[in-house]
Amino acid sequence: MKQVLHLRVNGQAHELYVEPHKTLLEVLREELDLTGTKHGCDLGECGACTVLVDGTPILACLALPIELQEREITTVEGLAHGAELHPLQRAFAELNAAQCGYCTSGMMLSAKALLDRETNPTREKIRDALAGNLCRCTGYEKILEAVEVAGREVAGRK
Amino acid sequence: MTHVIGTPLAKIDSWDKVIGAAKYADDMSLPRMLHARILRSTIPHARIVNIDTLDAEELPGVVAVITGRDVPIEYGILPSSQDEQALCVDKVRFVGDAVAAVAALDPETAERALQLIHVEYEPLTPVVTMNEALDETRDAIHSSAHADHHNIHKMVALEFGDLDAGFAEADYILEENYFYQGNTHLALENHSALASFSPDGHLTLWSSTQTPHYVHRALAKTLELPASRIRVVAAAIGGGFGGKTDPFSHEIVACKLAMLTGRPVKITLTRQEVFYCHRGRHPVLMWVKMGVRNDGEPTALHFRTMLDGGAYGSYGVASTYYTGALQTVTYKIPAYKFEGMRVFTNKPPCGPKRGHGTPQPRFALEIHLDKIARHLGLDPAEYRKRFIVDDKTKTVNHLTITTCGLRECIDKVVDASDFHNRISNLQSPISSLKTGLGLACGSYLSGAGLPIYWNQMPHSGVIVKVDRGGGVAVFCGSTDIGQGSTSLLAYIAAEEFGIDVRDVRVITADTDLTPVDLGSYSSRVTVMTGNACISAIRPLKQKILDTAAEKLLVPAESLSFRDGEIICEDDDARRLKWTDAIALAEAKHGTLSGTGSYKPPKRAGPYKGSGVGVSPSYSYAACVAQVSVDTETGQVRVEKIWLAHDGGRALNPLLVEGQVEGSVYMGVGEALMEEMTYRGGLHKAPSLLDYKSLTMNDMPPVETFLVETNDPEGPFGAKEAGQGPLLPVPPAIANAIYDAIGVRIDETPITPDKILKALEEKEKGRAARVGPKNFPNAPYPEPLHVEPPEDAPRLERKKG
Amino acid sequence: MLRLPPFEYHAPRSIEQAVNLYAQFGGAAMFAAGGTDLYPNMKRRQFTPQALIGLNGIDELRGIVQDNGITIRAGTTLSQVASHPILQSQYSALATAANLVSTPQLRAMGTLGGNLCLDTRCNYYNQEFSWRQALGFCMKKDGEICMVAPGSSRCWAVSSTDCAPVVVALDGRVRLVGPRGERVIAASDLYRDDGILYLGKERDELVTEILLPPADGTKSVYLKLRRRDSFDFPILGVAAALRFASNGEIANARIVLGGVGSRPLECVESARLLMGQKLTRELIGAAAEAAWKPARPLDNTDSTHSYRKKMTRVYVARALEALSEK
Ligand SMILES: Cc1cc2nc3c(=O)[nH]c(=O)nc-3n(C[C@H](O)[C@H](O)[C@H](O)COP(=O)(O)OP(=O)(O)OC[C@H]3O[C@@H](n4cnc5c(N)ncnc54)[C@H](O)[C@@H]3O)c2cc1C
Ligand code: SF4
Ligand code: FES
Ligand code: FES
Repeated sequence: MKQVLHLRVNGQAHELYVEPHKTLLEVLREELDLTGTKHGCDLGECGACTVLVDGTPILACLALPIELQEREITTVEGLAHGAELHPLQRAFAELNAAQCGYCTSGMMLSAKALLDRETNPTREKIRDALAGNLCRCTGYEKILEAVEVAGREVAGRK
Repeated sequence: MTHVIGTPLAKIDSWDKVIGAAKYADDMSLPRMLHARILRSTIPHARIVNIDTLDAEELPGVVAVITGRDVPIEYGILPSSQDEQALCVDKVRFVGDAVAAVAALDPETAERALQLIHVEYEPLTPVVTMNEALDETRDAIHSSAHADHHNIHKMVALEFGDLDAGFAEADYILEENYFYQGNTHLALENHSALASFSPDGHLTLWSSTQTPHYVHRALAKTLELPASRIRVVAAAIGGGFGGKTDPFSHEIVACKLAMLTGRPVKITLTRQEVFYCHRGRHPVLMWVKMGVRNDGEPTALHFRTMLDGGAYGSYGVASTYYTGALQTVTYKIPAYKFEGMRVFTNKPPCGPKRGHGTPQPRFALEIHLDKIARHLGLDPAEYRKRFIVDDKTKTVNHLTITTCGLRECIDKVVDASDFHNRISNLQSPISSLKTGLGLACGSYLSGAGLPIYWNQMPHSGVIVKVDRGGGVAVFCGSTDIGQGSTSLLAYIAAEEFGIDVRDVRVITADTDLTPVDLGSYSSRVTVMTGNACISAIRPLKQKILDTAAEKLLVPAESLSFRDGEIICEDDDARRLKWTDAIALAEAKHGTLSGTGSYKPPKRAGPYKGSGVGVSPSYSYAACVAQVSVDTETGQVRVEKIWLAHDGGRALNPLLVEGQVEGSVYMGVGEALMEEMTYRGGLHKAPSLLDYKSLTMNDMPPVETFLVETNDPEGPFGAKEAGQGPLLPVPPAIANAIYDAIGVRIDETPITPDKILKALEEKEKGRAARVGPKNFPNAPYPEPLHVEPPEDAPRLERKKG
Repeated sequence: MLRLPPFEYHAPRSIEQAVNLYAQFGGAAMFAAGGTDLYPNMKRRQFTPQALIGLNGIDELRGIVQDNGITIRAGTTLSQVASHPILQSQYSALATAANLVSTPQLRAMGTLGGNLCLDTRCNYYNQEFSWRQALGFCMKKDGEICMVAPGSSRCWAVSSTDCAPVVVALDGRVRLVGPRGERVIAASDLYRDDGILYLGKERDELVTEILLPPADGTKSVYLKLRRRDSFDFPILGVAAALRFASNGEIANARIVLGGVGSRPLECVESARLLMGQKLTRELIGAAAEAAWKPARPLDNTDSTHSYRKKMTRVYVARALEALSEK
């Protein structure tokens, strides 16, 4: 049975009417047309659907929106500040850290949570923070570089 | 001097990807769109007795149900292998074969309806292993029209030069069996297709495909529509690696359902279904016999392969040839015999995966060379370097070498890893950890020399249009699967016209709007679309130059395109703004546009099967792997990879590095863990959790070197980078493991239990090896004898 | 896209409400904490509960409280467990184990209670519905026989939680609250040696707290065997806890294995060998030798069962070595 749902996504409040068994992934993509959040398995096994809830990366394919009603949800569409890209977005584009781009949203959101905590993480820390996001294209090398470069820029802004 | 080519620029389509705006097929939806699902066989091999769809049709929300009778026409990527049906009619051939399809108002209803379709099967004996495929008492999977013999899909045998003489000249002959396990592309995006049919009879399909042109052809055939009324558009593609190069059942089904219902229909596969679509790396069993002189010089090579093809032909005929084609393009081999065979089994069909058919034999060959070097007491690097093919020569099997930077590649990785000093010398502070270094090389095509279907037309076409505002639009049928092929066209146009990359727009992969390009496979895109693009631009440039020369009163030859201007090199006061020059040219010539196309040089040798392996040029790569092996647990850790790649001129070094790093990643995964495993005919692990691919924590650091030969065939001297760098990685790892612990693992994946098994054998004084013990007795045909070309390596007779 | 089957969703605010709600549905409901185990299973149709009772809105299920020992409420996430300073210093095996579970995202979602109640795993079982249909269903769900051991009358699905062996090794206890009231049981009694009825609690009982005794100098480690350094479930987990007397002799020893049976397996013989002794190389060898005997992995997880069994000895030895160095 459909229920009213109040969700805050990327700073915007939405009132929706959906069934409780719809996952956050389905609601974002199919109700809110926020298709930047991807999916590779729907079972928690790839990280492509990573979004932030109150700044913490979680998997949209295993989250029930009904439980997230008072929380702040951030998707890739909410990374930029208006027309100004987040340093991660710029670095991912400029360093070719996004090849096919399918893991990119999830990667950047995991990375954002890390950079929000510390702007100059070691490679080890970056690996740990992104270990829940699979990429089949890049071999991860350029992604690591992009996170480092973005971290420096975030630090500069602070 | 180039201002764009050779610089590390962002890809032009990266910006959409980082803001989440790129539209992959499953991100699209249309008004009134229906959602479809496919019912798949639960039995590996069976006759379909009856399909009852009544209950499904009656489920509220179901709009249409179709079965094989609605789309019975056979298709397949190769003209010689038209053995697939969008939905099976009489027989199912593997667990996952498509049987029926439902379109419904929402995906959940479609899913529920599948359970209401009742299929009655009459099971047949499943054929699961290669040995079972050779057993003629088992049921044939295909009719004789589709197979060379019973369950043998394809057999080939070719002999170049005098093999017997070569072995007679040898001082040392080594024979061994190897096995390369099958594995899959595992692109992160699951395939998806969205079809729409308009009342005036136009069909449009948006799909995650690497080959819209071939899908276009398959749709025309199976749906019996004129190709002129079908439009295939490749959406943004979330990874391909060869997994999206066949026309697929779900694409045809989506179209058929759209035609029947008059509504748009979308099908997005689940991860499990993608495992069933497969078309990945063939499992290949290999037997190698190589003769060398005491200094290691090869005198003869005999290579036998057996490919487990799975249930359908797919690219399999080509794959079979590829397991024998490129052994000759790295080292000089004067006599070569190749026997190949592909069998059908009741498993998901294999096809082309990154390196198509060549990583398997490369694995065997490079380990084999390592063994020979060790036996003869030769340094594996110096040894290889002595017998590298020369530029501008031919191989014994009639392949043309334009440029070969392999020697320099070897030097780069050997120096960087301090290979000579450290091989067999590495020690770890922890006693159970042993460290070792291994080297291997490889080579790959820069595009297949022949198209999939026989024709005389170009392989790639480009249209360039110059707008009065100064913008340039490039139209090309190529598909970007993340490698950056779309951006490459923009770089080339910007370079040629001397303008900013941002002033170029590229429209790709749309059979209505763009001229044909055969697709993203066989690493053909850079060379072929690049050349086509240049050939479209150059005459157009000439027109612009001529009018500018008239205006500036200087000879056209003295003018060049630079920084948004046309400048006289002799007198740089004489210059015209790009937009002014265009206005003049358009006034004189009318609308400014140009077309260009590319056909690879005709180089096939004088024998049947010579079309496979031919290419405008070959890339080369050398790899050193450093591994540590835990002798108590058998765990292998790849600590570092050095990889040097000769991809010709790097048009954008960032993109080339990306291809190298991605290839290394995939090579390490294939060496250590990736595998398609089955229990009976059932896939054991069709999920991203159980099919093991490297996570960020498992990926070793990679040091990349780009060796830039200037290849005459490539645009600005470029060759390929997307597949070649994968090839040397698995054998380099296997060789490094031998260096570390003195055991040979002659098969992939190299798992901890195999390491321990080999160490146990070693302890017991038996052959310290895990790998296939023998090769099945199979009816390979008599070989076709082919005379090598004049400029191929010759066998010098020293003995007798 | 794989989707969840429809259900009613209830969000109780207290433990009492949760337990009452469960009782109302009389077995047709399930508790859901992080859902990271439950939802994948539901998507594959291992479970199709009529109602879900979501535990995330219950404040009294969250938090870590230092008392005589330490109490971890069941709804505490694995990332909180992994990063808690007292757990890291005094109960380090638990912090380690929590940190080795799957991925950062899943640790932020998954709870300790859910981890301890994790469904047993088997690669004939953790598959999509259509896969199981192709194979013929097994007795754990919808079928009659066991596919791994077809002659067997029981299910051999594997206890694959990282934290359970540690909680058992640390002499942990769990508080259960059900319609018949509240009880505290030893963590080892939370498990049964059965792949289907793997929990030693009633279905209507909620795990509310995990109680660990005072660390009292006990040193502990957890080692995990898996193919990849992220994502993967343990195919062997070794939790070892030793308390040394002031003379250097071992005063208390527990070694518990995960991933090799339907419940965490206690290496009783190894512990017996260790008690009252000093930890020497020889003793480590003997204890490791004794440890691998009870392990009887079957061919129903990643890697081969003979390899997993062999590794038991190696990993137990390494765990003890690590403790001797601590
Ligand atoms: C890709 C992937 C990898 C994983 N890897 C690992 C791994 O390496 N190690 C590991 O241990 N786990 C792993 N997991 C499993 C899971 O993420 C964790 O075990 C997690 O801690 C489960 O907690 P949860 O809160 O999400 O449980 P839920 O899914 O909410 O619940 C699990 C079960 O416990 C019951 N339950 C939950 N809380 C209570 C309670 N308080 N009282 C009574 N019953 C309760 C539920 O009804 C359900 O049956 C993995 C999962 C995925 C998807
Ligand atoms: S152990 Fe046997 S009964 Fe249990 S889940 Fe596996 S196959 Fe099924
Ligand atoms: S879609 Fe793969 S983790 Fe969510
Ligand atoms: S860029 Fe393709 S999966 Fe990461």
